[in-house]
Amino acid sequence: MIRFDPISGPHSHSGLSTRQVMVAVMLALLPATLFALALFGLPALTTFAACCCGAISAELLGCKLRGQSLRQAGDGSALLTGWLLALSLPPSCPPVIAALGGAFGVLLAKQVYGGLGHNLFNPAMAARVMLLISFPVAMTQWPAPDTAFAHWLLSEAPYLTVDGLTGATPLAHDAAIASAPAASQWPLLLGVHGGSLGETSALLLGLGGLWLVIRRQIPTDLPVAVLIGALLPAAIAHLLAPTDYPSPLFELASGGLMLCAFFISTDPVTSPVTSKGRWIYGLGTGLLIWLIRRYGNTPEGVAFAVLLMNALTPLIDHWMPMRPFGSSALPRQKT
Amino acid sequence: MTTQPVSGFSRHQAAFAGGIHPEDHKALTSEQPIRTLALPELLLLPLAQRFGAPLETLVSVDQEVAMGQLLATSSDLRSVPVHAPASGRIVAIDGKPGSQQISLKAEDNRRWGESPLTGNPFTLESDTIIQRIRSAGIVGLGGAAFPTALKVASARSKHCDLLLLNGGECEPYLTCDDRLMREYAAEIVAGARLLARAAAINQVVIAVEDNKAEALSALREAASAAAEVRVAMVPSLYPMGSERHLIHTVSGRLVPPGGLSLDVGVLVQNVATARAVYHAVRFGRPLIDRVITISGGAISQPANLRVPLGVRISELISACGGLRADAARLVNGGPMMGQVISNPHQPISKSTSGILALTQAEVQSGDSAACIRCGRCVAACPMSLLPLTMHATARAGDLDGARAAGLDHCLMCGACAYVCPSHLPLTGVFRAARATHTANQQELKRQERARLQAQMKKERLLREALAREAAKAAAAAAKPARSSRRGAVAAVADTAETVSPASASEGES
Repeated sequence: MIRFDPISGPHSHSGLSTRQVMVAVMLALLPATLFALALFGLPALTTFAACCCGAISAELLGCKLRGQSLRQAGDGSALLTGWLLALSLPPSCPPVIAALGGAFGVLLAKQVYGGLGHNLFNPAMAARVMLLISFPVAMTQWPAPDTAFAHWLLSEAPYLTVDGLTGATPLAHDAAIASAPAASQWPLLLGVHGGSLGETSALLLGLGGLWLVIRRQIPTDLPVAVLIGALLPAAIAHLLAPTDYPSPLFELASGGLMLCAFFISTDPVTSPVTSKGRWIYGLGTGLLIWLIRRYGNTPEGVAFAVLLMNALTPLIDHWMPMRPFGSSALPRQKT
Repeated sequence: MTTQPVSGFSRHQAAFAGGIHPEDHKALTSEQPIRTLALPELLLLPLAQRFGAPLETLVSVDQEVAMGQLLATSSDLRSVPVHAPASGRIVAIDGKPGSQQISLKAEDNRRWGESPLTGNPFTLESDTIIQRIRSAGIVGLGGAAFPTALKVASARSKHCDLLLLNGGECEPYLTCDDRLMREYAAEIVAGARLLARAAAINQVVIAVEDNKAEALSALREAASAAAEVRVAMVPSLYPMGSERHLIHTVSGRLVPPGGLSLDVGVLVQNVATARAVYHAVRFGRPLIDRVITISGGAISQPANLRVPLGVRISELISACGGLRADAARLVNGGPMMGQVISNPHQPISKSTSGILALTQAEVQSGDSAACIRCGRCVAACPMSLLPLTMHATARAGDLDGARAAGLDHCLMCGACAYVCPSHLPLTGVFRAARATHTANQQELKRQERARLQAQMKKERLLREALAREAAKAAAAAAKPARSSRRGAVAAVADTAETVSPASASEGES
């Protein structure tokens, strides 16, 4: 049938859909997630499943309450929120708490604002902060990797771990690590150590992120800006006072910096839309992460840094001047 | 052009920020030599044009006309005359005033009615060339349909120093310019030289996208003898065919927002226009046919056809084997900026460069979802605007907000909508918003006019009352004075007051 509706062009499309964008991010997360699940076993799997279930149930509830089609919940954004939240939680986190976090993130940090695209704050990070404040004990206990896979890995390749660090998140021990020789910090990248699920393998996360960049699914400027923002001050401080400040390599390989650079700060909804804006946002996020890690009260600063910069996103977008192509040919106007 | 990976944030080498690499679908027709369409029986020639006043007919019903004969013209320089695309008989001149059309029963299109001009066209005066372009009824064949003579004349008066022939053809599917450049390179170069001569320009650049290797080599060969003509290869990138983007790519000059290419000394013409100019100036032949790409997945035999003006779209489609069953949308022009064809029995115009019948798979019109602020539209916008902000503000009825985000500068190129993962109808919303803004501006102007008229009427009434009073006073001076006269003047002034508030309030509503 020919349609004669007054449709406007373009009569062609790249074929890209929101769902594909979400699926691509999940594919990029898959290797690091599988590795973490293998390291921490069943408890990690239940935490992960609980987060995702909580998030999707909340999405369905939100769509229902807002009178939207329930099919919207299938766009993958809620699943991704749950997924990212799970990666930021300790593997031993009780499933009830994890599910609560997923539901909170989607319902109160996203649906109440009007659903996908309208939220001010990153839902996963808002949920993470809520859980940290509400359940401080559960949120700060990191078991050592204790599955058959972890033991096999350690026995086959003992160089993969940092001595004495199979326990809590390395960020809690940074003073001890900072004094260790740099060579012994490389294993952190691979991630056979305690910590949140998404903290374990910075290397796999980085590779996944790189794949997204190459596939042009995320803008290049954001991850680069976040990494520069965190690693540049770390490098300067480390050079000036090596005993007080850990090396940039340690900062990169531990905690959620890699996850943040490629997967959290790149959340399109809560980051600026112009390249210049993304540089400001990314540098700010990176710098805040480093500042909170070094001078704050919590060992990790990703969630707080991201939320603080989220709050600035509308301002950054507002301040970025729109300069149409050819404007530089005009004499500069004073406004 | 190679197909890029699923589009996202583009990172290409180009002369301007933004732009996209849409799937080009040009292989459907790029190897199809230009065929001449068998003369259709009926040709419809509308008298209303995109610019200028409607034309006045010079012929009457049942009159026999010769091929190339002038049928309708106007004294308005912004409209161009219409000629008979074939010899035959006028069967009707009908339609509402303002949208009339001439129906011509065509009989033959092999013999020209008038004897052709001869002589060396390259020694002609600039004015003669412009006059011949005008009387041939030539408009921009790339889609703008702006009268070529007018543009050339204003390029001359603005002392332009560069003629840029646009062979970009960046719209997917379309290959008619590509074929023209391959098959008629010499005529295009000659037309370019005539255009340059008419506009007193001594530097010509023919810009062709790098995905048209054969067109490039044909043009280079044709231009090798002409010292002033250079053929430039530009990257294939949509929308390279946009005047300001092509100018910047080729010459580095920047057309300021809101400005025209003529302001930076560049006259831009399409390659097909140049060829038409050659035929008009060299042989005195009016523009009565053009080359059109008929393509798309729902066309049985895609082709490049030389067709007489006034042929109906339906006949072009049937000449190409008809529609396939899965045809979902008919488009006049390219898929990026073309318009939906609402009535396939309407004729093509001088600026129609393509007729496409697209399948649902090609159109990919998904249901639109919420904007996720991913910024792909911002990265794709060749004008460096903020399409997502324009969309959000326009949807909310905030036209000022949309204009602050760049609505006035939007080319309507559709690059943003092409890459939008939420399938938002960005370009459609911008079109509607701009139309609303234009209508608002016209309404404001109308109200201002009404207000001025009301004020002038009030002042006139007052003036007249005062004049009458003065006359009466003069008369009274001759006769004995009577006190009641003064009351009459006050009454007249009151009338003026009661007329004006009504008009003023109408003006402000």
